[in-house]
Amino acid sequence: MASNKKYWKSVEELNENSSIVETLRNNEFVEQIPVDEFLGDKEALSSSATSRRDFLKYVGFSTAAASLAACEGPVVKSIPYVVQPEEIIPGVADFYATTIADGFDFANILIKTREGRPIKVENNNLEGARTGANARVHASVLSLYDSLRLKQPKIAGNNATWGEVNAKVKAGLEEANAQGGAVVLLTNTMASPSTDALIDELKAKYPTVKHVIYDAVSDSNALDAFEQVYGVRALANYDFSKADVIVSVGADILGDWQGGGYDAGYAKGRVPKNGKMSKHIQIEANMSLAGANADKRMPMNISQQKAALADIYNAVVNGASPKNAEIAKVVNQLKSAKSKGVVVTGLDDVNAQLVVLAINSAIASEAFNPTKAKLVRKGNAKEVSQLVDYMKAGKVHTLIMSGVNPVYTLPNAKDFSEALKKVKLSVSFSMKEDETASITTIAAAAPHYLESWSDVTIEIGHYSVAQPTIRPLFDTKQFQEALLTWTENSVSYYDYLKGFAASNVSGKSWNQIVHDGFAMNEALPLVANTVDFSAAVSQLTSVKNSGLDLVLYTKTGMGDGQQANNPWLQEFPDPITRVSWDNYVTISKKDAERYDLKNWNVANGGMNGNYVTLKVGNVTLNNVPVVVQPGQAVGTLGLAFGYGKKAALKQEMQVGVNAYTLYKNLTANQIVTITKEAGEHEFACVQLQKTLMGRGDIIKETTLEIFNTKDAEVWNPVPMVSLDHQETPTTEVDLWTSFDRTTGHHFNLSIDLNACTGCGACVIACHAENNVPVVGKSEVRRSRDMHWLRIDRYYSHEETFSGDVELKEGTSGLLNSVSTLSDMEDPSENPQVAFQPVMCQHCNHAPCETVCPVAATSHGKEGQNHMAYNRCVGTRYCANNCPYKVRRFNWFLYNKNSEFDYHMNNDLGRMVLNPDVNVRSRGVMEKCSMCIQKTQATKLQAKREGRLVKDGEFQTACSAACTSGAMVFGDVNDKESQVAKLAEDERMYHLLEHIGTKPNVFYHVKVRNVK
Amino acid sequence: MKKVGNHKSFSRIFFSLALTLSFSLSVFSQDSTSVDVAAAPATGGNADAGKALFNANCAACHALDKVMTGPALRGVADKYDKEFLYKWIKNNTELIKAGDPTALKIYNENGQKAMTIFPQLSNTDIDNILAYTSQPKPEPVVAATVVDGNGGSSNDSGISNNVILGALALVLTMLIVMLFLVNNVLTKIAKANGIEVQKDSKSLPIWKAFIKNQFLLVVTAILFLLFAAYFAYGYLMQVGVDQGYEPIQPIHYSHRIHAGDNGIDCKYCHSAARVGKHSNIPSLNVCMNCHKNISEVAEETLAEGNEYGVNYNNEIQKLYNAVGWDKTTQTYTGKTEPVKWIRIHNLPDFVYFNHSQHVTVAGVECQTCHGPVEEMEIMRQHSSLTMGWCINCHRETNVKVEDNAYYAKIHEELSKKYGVEKLTAAQMGGLECGKCHY
Repeated sequence: MASNKKYWKSVEELNENSSIVETLRNNEFVEQIPVDEFLGDKEALSSSATSRRDFLKYVGFSTAAASLAACEGPVVKSIPYVVQPEEIIPGVADFYATTIADGFDFANILIKTREGRPIKVENNNLEGARTGANARVHASVLSLYDSLRLKQPKIAGNNATWGEVNAKVKAGLEEANAQGGAVVLLTNTMASPSTDALIDELKAKYPTVKHVIYDAVSDSNALDAFEQVYGVRALANYDFSKADVIVSVGADILGDWQGGGYDAGYAKGRVPKNGKMSKHIQIEANMSLAGANADKRMPMNISQQKAALADIYNAVVNGASPKNAEIAKVVNQLKSAKSKGVVVTGLDDVNAQLVVLAINSAIASEAFNPTKAKLVRKGNAKEVSQLVDYMKAGKVHTLIMSGVNPVYTLPNAKDFSEALKKVKLSVSFSMKEDETASITTIAAAAPHYLESWSDVTIEIGHYSVAQPTIRPLFDTKQFQEALLTWTENSVSYYDYLKGFAASNVSGKSWNQIVHDGFAMNEALPLVANTVDFSAAVSQLTSVKNSGLDLVLYTKTGMGDGQQANNPWLQEFPDPITRVSWDNYVTISKKDAERYDLKNWNVANGGMNGNYVTLKVGNVTLNNVPVVVQPGQAVGTLGLAFGYGKKAALKQEMQVGVNAYTLYKNLTANQIVTITKEAGEHEFACVQLQKTLMGRGDIIKETTLEIFNTKDAEVWNPVPMVSLDHQETPTTEVDLWTSFDRTTGHHFNLSIDLNACTGCGACVIACHAENNVPVVGKSEVRRSRDMHWLRIDRYYSHEETFSGDVELKEGTSGLLNSVSTLSDMEDPSENPQVAFQPVMCQHCNHAPCETVCPVAATSHGKEGQNHMAYNRCVGTRYCANNCPYKVRRFNWFLYNKNSEFDYHMNNDLGRMVLNPDVNVRSRGVMEKCSMCIQKTQATKLQAKREGRLVKDGEFQTACSAACTSGAMVFGDVNDKESQVAKLAEDERMYHLLEHIGTKPNVFYHVKVRNVK
Repeated sequence: MKKVGNHKSFSRIFFSLALTLSFSLSVFSQDSTSVDVAAAPATGGNADAGKALFNANCAACHALDKVMTGPALRGVADKYDKEFLYKWIKNNTELIKAGDPTALKIYNENGQKAMTIFPQLSNTDIDNILAYTSQPKPEPVVAATVVDGNGGSSNDSGISNNVILGALALVLTMLIVMLFLVNNVLTKIAKANGIEVQKDSKSLPIWKAFIKNQFLLVVTAILFLLFAAYFAYGYLMQVGVDQGYEPIQPIHYSHRIHAGDNGIDCKYCHSAARVGKHSNIPSLNVCMNCHKNISEVAEETLAEGNEYGVNYNNEIQKLYNAVGWDKTTQTYTGKTEPVKWIRIHNLPDFVYFNHSQHVTVAGVECQTCHGPVEEMEIMRQHSSLTMGWCINCHRETNVKVEDNAYYAKIHEELSKKYGVEKLTAAQMGGLECGKCHY
């Protein structure tokens, strides 16, 4: 039966005489297809000598020629040394001890070199070494091979020679000396005693020379306070392994507070031993790493924090009882710990810093060590602002800068660049032609720290040496060499340094110092001056804040931003927000609702957010994206430094906003106003789910009380399954017959969730060791990040994770469950936080292995789940069948591909690649190999030497990078090994144990010291 | 039957012809190696004994006709007084100390380098050596004759081959013509006799019959496809396999001379193979350990080189140019030019191979994989270097566990488990993917 129905495409068709309908009927396409445009002009086309036939012939011929040429194998040239250096054996790695001191990060490290190329940073584990290489230090080796480095000195933007540069500077110095004009050296904190001596020599020759130290991220107030009390411009040092109660007021003790490096000591006290572990109370505004690891976290704005600190002081020193009940509890715990307690603060306020020193002296804290004060920050905010004034007034004749970029990092950068025009001669020693170096008279190309000699005093009584590990890649000269030239000293800096060490360091020969990387000196105890602390306390409480607090901080990945062109760091997801390639303002949920700000997830799996404008005084910062941060104190905002840089940066790395513009008076705490703006920001966030939804078996945790009093079955139950209708532990059920793994090695990796601080050093170490590619912001946003090792971060929905479990278990009925569970996706306003590093679990019964159609992934006798890239055809079945989601697919070719212009696109950047590990191509699956290249190398060395492998020799990149001792790797068949003991520990559990994959990675139940 | 016999005799002739020719060739080349040594002039010593002594004591620093560490020594007996030479050779330091003017002159002329003292040499020994050094220089005619002889003989064999082939062709054509004639004659006779020559009954041509036979067709097609597949597979499997790759190197380096004739240990030059992943191409300073003193090869060796069309002395000069060694002044000029060798053994990037595991730990001879290198004039890839080749060896080779504490326990437990006396590399896990691919 024919239908009478008529379908209408548009309302126009109702009108019979419509011209639109008429045209549509006559024309196949709605719009004219621009054929002429792509065919060019007809005349040329018809008069062309090349006919269509000819064209096809050419195509055919060239295709045939190309395919024939492809049959011929390429001729590979191999060029040996003419004279081979004694210490280089092709294929064998050399390690050199050196020290990083870039003005922000300071650590004793080892550099692994292959055929003379530094390729990886390792921790220096000699006793006495100041370790704690963080993510940035691990990534610094890639900054050496930055293709945008300044390759030779420049005068007024034109290439010049060092002879010309030195002549010009000397002439300038002489002229300044003759005219009595000031010469200012503006440097970062070099903490280098030999450089100080050189500067003194320059001062002796040119009396108008003045040295101003400027830290981009200033610790000026803490330095002032310590100087007032102890008479030395240094930072108080703490050893958290000696503390039972740690009270931190706004100090991110696991981040970059006071130069960082406290993880190892902190983690030592955090692992329950003999029923005891330290208690950590964190009072703060932003959610920091320290806050995430704390047993108790109290979000407070700045004035509340100051009041709390004053209360603690009054209670501890004067015996007053605090009004706030929570603070009273803290005080009680602190008091009962006696000398085992410690209070620290990160408040950028000299009074707060003074009060902390007073409290720690009053309780005679064992963790507080004023004698071994840290010398890694020396910047003076007042002198810096004075300098700008002097420059404006035309009083500065010559300005010589080294390691600083004030045009980017100063809040009054505009003033500075204006004032710079009044300076007759300006020099900037810089690795990059950055904002400052591009407007100074002379841009002096400085070498990377891996190309230079130096010495560093990280703390009083400690002397470190930095040695070059590669010949300078470019025509660079270090600042010290230039100082020697200017003082007409003909010795090289190396000889000068050697002489300096000989006369200033006792106990170790020069060769020994260079070999070890450091030496110890006697440290004289510092004597405290009498300071009126009560005045400080009253000043502390006098200021009451009405508006929003802005707390500026440094991100674990980017720090102060000097490595902004480092793609590893840009792609490193922030441990707390899990956002990469960005900075953003963090805001509490309450404030977000007040200003109508949101984050939401879109269809491709990306996270979006609103924009705001921030206004501090009369400075505004536009288009700042917003992240709603659980745990952010109400009335506070957080914003990270180090982003929004433009000069000498690849297009891809020019992300974020410059927070330094809001860094008024170089103070991290500011009063701010916020207004919502139009537009959506696209984030590259690698973890969208925020809570565990009450699944307590993923991160098992318990309280210290239960841990001490109850059996392991209570707090670490083995999951049960039904076998023949009997409840049976999963560990006893098997679908497969197991291999006998008692002979040979059997590798296991232990991860202690109590010791893991989430610092992410392992993530970058894994990148460097395994040639993990960088994929860029838009790919990360599509969840195509390639990290072999991720650190999952979870928030609790209730106040605690155990509350979540109770809530989930307690709901019944379908409707109830649905609504409860969807509620549980949202984190609490002040949640508990847990970190969990997840890499390939190397299951003994691996689900990925059984589904691979080409057997590209298979199991080794030693416990590793192998992945043969050349065999993989890219079906991705394995990734879909992996319950841990640790497999990564190469969607594209990430090297030699202009679409991914990171470090694998040029010869320089590729020098960092580890020659022992394959660089994967497009279309193959990859994943953590448990650093099989490292275990193989260790075994081979033992075989060559005809001995057994000692415990601790087997390492993975992540376990070697872990300073907190959370990751321990080894052979469980060696019953004496540390990992074998950890595997037998009561706290041991496997991730998703109930599915029976029998992983070779295991975790340790997190124990929280809460009452 | 007769035909077969004929064929045999033909090939026999050919064979013997070829044999005689090739023999004459080698005989011819052997003649030419004789070097006529002129009788020593009367210096009262035995030149042969002197040569032996010279090679044992002096050759490290001196040559007859060129400057090495020390000056050239031919005719030295004519320059200096014999008594002086006795003293000088036995203990030159004393002479210099004593202030002997001649001694001082020699000392200063040669860059004030002290000569090793030889108190163990008797005056007769020194006479013998001097007798050797006083021999006149041999004429360098010899090399030229060799080249001539070679060329001549190869030309000869070419001509004779052509002659034989031509003769054969002639015989065959004659045969064909004869057959044609016979056939013609027979037909004519038949015609004359009135006999009708019977033509073949009209049957299907063989190819049509073949097409009609479906069974045969299908079988042939299948066989054809099978063969094609077999050869295609064989062809494809050797793509990227460079067995026998023998590129021409920038310097003609003869492993035959170094490892074969002189018996230098492989790992003397390829020292990294003991400790590292790579068996390095030796850096040029390693070459100079010996070649500082060996700037020319012996004449016999030079002659051997001519067989390969190479002048070894020129090749040594290439080394000197690369490393920047001036052999007249015996100094390094500092002007170097690294040698771009052509790499022969290329494993793909996705394979990890470590030499020290095989060379040091397992004690595998280099020749096991690299073949008879000591016989190779030009280095070539001996093995296929395919995965199947690796795996076969891992399956068959026992792990060398003797005196290695690393293996003691593992070997004991594993051999018990597998019930074998000696474990193979495969049983130790040498076949696992991840051991070589990461």
